[in-house]
Amino acid sequence: MPGTHPDMPPPVKTTGPVAWVRQNLFSSPLNTVLTLLSIWFLWSIIPPFLDWAFVNSIWTAGNRQECWDQMASPALGACWAFIENRFSLFTYGFYPGHLHWRVNVSFILLVFALIPLLYEKLPYRKYGLIYSAVFPFITGWLLVGGYGLESVDTDKFGGIMLTLILGVTGISFSLPIGIMLALGRQSNMPVLRILCVLFIEFIRGVPLITLLFVASTMLNYFLPPGTVFDLLTRVLIIVTLFASAYMAEVIRGGLQAITKGQHEAGDSLGLTYWQANRLIILPQALKISIPGIVNTFIGLYKDTTLVLIIGMLDLLGLGDASLADAQWAGLANEIYIFVALFFFLTCFGMSRYSIYLEKKLHTGH
Amino acid sequence: MDSPSVSTQKPSLLLRLWRNQEHRSIAIQIITMVILFSLLGMIGNNVATNLEKAGKEFSFGFLNYPAGYDITFQPFISYSPTDTHTRAAIVGILNTLLVAVSGVIIATILGFTMGILRLSSNWLVNRIVYVFLEFTRNVPVLLHILFVYGIFLYTLPVPKKAISISDTVFLTNRGFYTPAPVFEDGFNYVLTSILIAILIVFFFKRWAYKVQDTTGKIYPVFTISITILIGLPLLTFFFSGAPLSWEMPALKGFNFKGGTSIKPEYIALTFALAYYTACFIAEIVRGGILAISKGQSEAAHGLGLRPNRTLQLIVIPQALRVIIPPLCSQYLNLTKNSSLAIAIGYMDVVATIGGITLMQTGKEMETMIIVLLTYLFFSLVISAFMNWFNRKMALVER
Repeated sequence: MPGTHPDMPPPVKTTGPVAWVRQNLFSSPLNTVLTLLSIWFLWSIIPPFLDWAFVNSIWTAGNRQECWDQMASPALGACWAFIENRFSLFTYGFYPGHLHWRVNVSFILLVFALIPLLYEKLPYRKYGLIYSAVFPFITGWLLVGGYGLESVDTDKFGGIMLTLILGVTGISFSLPIGIMLALGRQSNMPVLRILCVLFIEFIRGVPLITLLFVASTMLNYFLPPGTVFDLLTRVLIIVTLFASAYMAEVIRGGLQAITKGQHEAGDSLGLTYWQANRLIILPQALKISIPGIVNTFIGLYKDTTLVLIIGMLDLLGLGDASLADAQWAGLANEIYIFVALFFFLTCFGMSRYSIYLEKKLHTGH
Repeated sequence: MDSPSVSTQKPSLLLRLWRNQEHRSIAIQIITMVILFSLLGMIGNNVATNLEKAGKEFSFGFLNYPAGYDITFQPFISYSPTDTHTRAAIVGILNTLLVAVSGVIIATILGFTMGILRLSSNWLVNRIVYVFLEFTRNVPVLLHILFVYGIFLYTLPVPKKAISISDTVFLTNRGFYTPAPVFEDGFNYVLTSILIAILIVFFFKRWAYKVQDTTGKIYPVFTISITILIGLPLLTFFFSGAPLSWEMPALKGFNFKGGTSIKPEYIALTFALAYYTACFIAEIVRGGILAISKGQSEAAHGLGLRPNRTLQLIVIPQALRVIIPPLCSQYLNLTKNSSLAIAIGYMDVVATIGGITLMQTGKEMETMIIVLLTYLFFSLVISAFMNWFNRKMALVER
């Protein structure tokens, strides 16, 4: 008979914010403890950091003393005036002031070179890609000078500009060389295969810093007497070769994932080795290896900071050198956070783009 | 269409050879060899002329001369400036190994912890670890090293105002000072008892598995093993009259004397390398565990295995197969990244023989060859070991 049974209690909510909190933060005693610990951790880290970085920070001052004079007590907040004061140095290095426009134009050209690479639906993308391919050479001429432009010594290069030069050159040349090395390693000609294996394993077996030492101390002995490469060229060669070896291994993984049937199909269509690779094998192999390729790019880009050890002043090098400046001494946190943020934004951007690309190219089932 | 005159005329011999795949491949290889050897010959020739011009000769004789520089951190073998360059190189190699080994251990522990926390169902923990991982991975390792070292230099006090932890451990910007163990006569018994404990555990394990195979009875092998491993040496220690005393660090003048001093360079380098590498290991661990399909643990539950037995017998062995190869390359990366020591003045193999010895003797070729060979050797040993381990863990298919 309806109405004689007592009402059952309503079921525990499974939707809504309360249910979400119960499920994701307090589902078991252990989880409750972890949640409370996390909240305590965040509470003890974030407010003091925000106080330091924003509330108490000083954005304009001539030197560290002026900066600290504006605070209630010295070093209470961040002195971002330091970064602002040195921003031109951090961007252009010691590039002559009246020629800064050439660096600015290069930055703009870089953006235009990236657009056709990143957006597949761009109209007339083919011409854009041709431009992207010649971009490193145009910029090289623009920055170094000669042929009608006032020439600038490469030891004046520094800061973000140098970081980008090393990164972009390494990235754009290591991919084709890496593909060649990977194909060489898979080749059925023993001489080529052994050479590629030796090269790849040697490069991968030693740290980049020792190779940079080789570039800075030893490489000139290998060249005919009288030829002198400037340090930047030597470092660019070493960085590119270093990244190529890693790239070759990543691409080899992709090549190995292509079934034998694909090669045989190419052969039966009468395609030559290069045609088969260009039209059938490589498009598939490169697609599979995109995550690895982008990881190698990111690794290379981060490794460009190592040049500070052989005395080139990239962004980190300049930042580190500025710490010794008497006017701004001791502002290590500010400078390290600035440099870290710069690298984080660029590297994180690259990795997000690779995830997007991977999803878009995922045409399998 | 070809004109008839061409079709009747045979192409030249060279062209015919070139069109044959086999011959072409031989030809390409011969050409490569010729180019390679002429290049090597040219480089050799250049090196010879350049060295002669610079008034140097290629020899490793300098290794026997006194090095003349001091190495501030030499925990394994004693070294003084009057010792040879060879000994300086060995000290450097040992310092590199010390950072590599301690870094790998810490990175593995941290990495596995973070990887598991990343899989936690707790949203907040998950997010905090995610943010830390993404930030750390996307910032150059050199910056981490400089940053951690900077914290030691700028925020820790001078020895006079050292932070003391219950008056035994002192934290200063010149290093950490901890009590040093002083072994007395009876300590040999303790060492022997450790060996005996290991042997007992080994045989106990074999016996326990045999019992399990024949009767199905399961002993808590892990708990008993740990008890034996810790308990037996501890008992011996107290029965032999506690043959160990501690030498306390004490402030004398401007710095601490006595005890063990751990240099800030070493701590900064090891710690920065360890947490940087741990972030990559965490992602590998997470990927490895996620790669094991849910059906595996459901099957184990269906067979009546408890959750921890499921993890121990079903999930971890399979996940390790996915985890080990990339883990190996992370260990290699850590070892190679330890060469960044030179940025903060930790005396590893690059800083000793590839740095100061190079500067003093001007022997660029010889010192760089030694350094490169050292790292190649380390890399080959680590990858050989990891390959062996990988083969041991690999799936045995029937």
